[in-house]
Amino acid sequence: MPDVSHLVRNGVSIDDTFAEAFDMRGTALIITAPTLRWARIAAVSMTGFATSIIACGVEAGIDTELGPEATPDGRPGVRVLLFAGSTAELQKQLINRVGQCVLTSPGSACYAGLVGTDPLKLGDGMRYFADGWQISKRLPDRHVWRLPVMDGEFVVEGTTGLTKGAVGGGNLILMARSSEGALVAAEAAAEAIAGVPDAIAPFPGGIVRSGSKVGSKYKGMIASTNHLYCPTLRGAVPESVLGPDIASVLELVIDGLTADAVADAMRAGLEAIAAVGPERGACRVGAGNYGGKLGRHHFHLHALAPEGGP
Amino acid sequence: MSALRFVLRAAPDQRLDLSPLTADRLAGLDTAAIEALQLQTGRLRVTVGDVFRVHPGDAAHIVFEGGSDRFDRVGEAMRTGFLEVEGDAGQQAGRLMAGGTLTIRGNAGGWAASGLRGGRVEILGDAGGFLGGPLSGERTGMRGGIVLVRGKAGKRAADRLRRGLVVIEGDAGEHAGSGMVAGTLVVCGAAGSLPGILMRRGTIVLGRPAELAPSFVVSGVTPLVFSGLLARAVDPVSEIAAGCVRRALARYAGDMAVLGKGEVFVAV
Repeated sequence: MPDVSHLVRNGVSIDDTFAEAFDMRGTALIITAPTLRWARIAAVSMTGFATSIIACGVEAGIDTELGPEATPDGRPGVRVLLFAGSTAELQKQLINRVGQCVLTSPGSACYAGLVGTDPLKLGDGMRYFADGWQISKRLPDRHVWRLPVMDGEFVVEGTTGLTKGAVGGGNLILMARSSEGALVAAEAAAEAIAGVPDAIAPFPGGIVRSGSKVGSKYKGMIASTNHLYCPTLRGAVPESVLGPDIASVLELVIDGLTADAVADAMRAGLEAIAAVGPERGACRVGAGNYGGKLGRHHFHLHALAPEGGP
Repeated sequence: MSALRFVLRAAPDQRLDLSPLTADRLAGLDTAAIEALQLQTGRLRVTVGDVFRVHPGDAAHIVFEGGSDRFDRVGEAMRTGFLEVEGDAGQQAGRLMAGGTLTIRGNAGGWAASGLRGGRVEILGDAGGFLGGPLSGERTGMRGGIVLVRGKAGKRAADRLRRGLVVIEGDAGEHAGSGMVAGTLVVCGAAGSLPGILMRRGTIVLGRPAELAPSFVVSGVTPLVFSGLLARAVDPVSEIAAGCVRRALARYAGDMAVLGKGEVFVAV
């Protein structure tokens, strides 16, 4: 195990390392429905299979739930965030996912959730589903399309905003003495990150158990298991970063519309992990990076660690 | 800096063209230059100084103290600033405006907000016929912006509306929204006969039942998401109109005599 200097908070050791993150393209949508339950169903459906751009095309998740006073049409809703490696891919995924998962969900409507530098087509790319019966309405504050559907109308805003300042790949790696402890700490961190605006943790429940590294010994594999953090390989891999007390490792990956949002989410996650403590949760926190050579955003854990003593 | 004020000396004895008196056209002019501007529409020469006492001020905020139904083309083609008429205005008030705010505290004549492209026109009294409509030979009427009439409007309000929002809190004359191309018209009071006649697209909301042309077809009483969206958009302009939109649930599609992609919502 390499020598890493640590900061200790509430008994949890925080490595002197950093998460290395990358520029991404990001956007946001507001999905409304007659009830919050149906808004969530539409949002969960459209953000399904969107954990990693390695194979999903887009990373997506629910940012926050919105009360009727905070949505354009006065109904309950949710805000979802989507991130991709290119504008073209984000545009393609946006139309496909809204078209297949939101348009089809009972009572739904979909609006721009971000004022961006450039527009991404939303209703402008879906209006032809109405087969000529689409209605364009330019209201004082937005342009919407109204598509006749079997339960009434699907209202969808013409465009949403694109940001080229989004950041993907912020991360925290939790190391615990038991698999139960790792999960308790990871759940606490995921819940804290969910409360941070403009940031999501796109993996299942916000947590990754199969952290990956770039490349593989096999041709054609662009990512493979992060063997340095696998407890069962500790003896077989000389450069393993796990000490003898670590039994289980989980990771949280964070995407945000801004670098500040990612930093805030990592800060919230660290605070939650420290609050749980090493007995019930994780005893050590690290982060994944590539030596600082690949991503221009470096989030140093010690700079984000909560105030307090050992 | 206080507003640039034009105080009416006496009721004008001919129709006047007040289109030169906007923020855009008065910027950089001193009082003497403003007083020398000609306003006549007939044979006799009339200058600003003949009609008004001019109190210097910021041309971005213009106030006419005293109005007249002979004040034509008030605020025509203005792009910025605030213009208030403390009284009546004549024909074509706010015609071709692209921005700024025009407030008429009395009544306005015909073709108010004709061909409006942007900005906001508020008429606290009544409006004449063809509110927002095109002049003879023009293909479309309003193309953007917001018009609010607190009182009544004459016949063919929002005639050939192309885009934008027209709200009439009182009654509207016959054929409101005639030939609408798109856009939104809300009439909170009673509408005269055949609202929406020959409309191609667009939305008309009526606060009371009205006599529709037989070429409109019933398309149900359905609470639409769009109604909530429209109500929220209208609310900052007029709370009364927003209330009408929320109550207007019966939907008619038409005019089937033409394209038939318009709609009339009627309060039930």
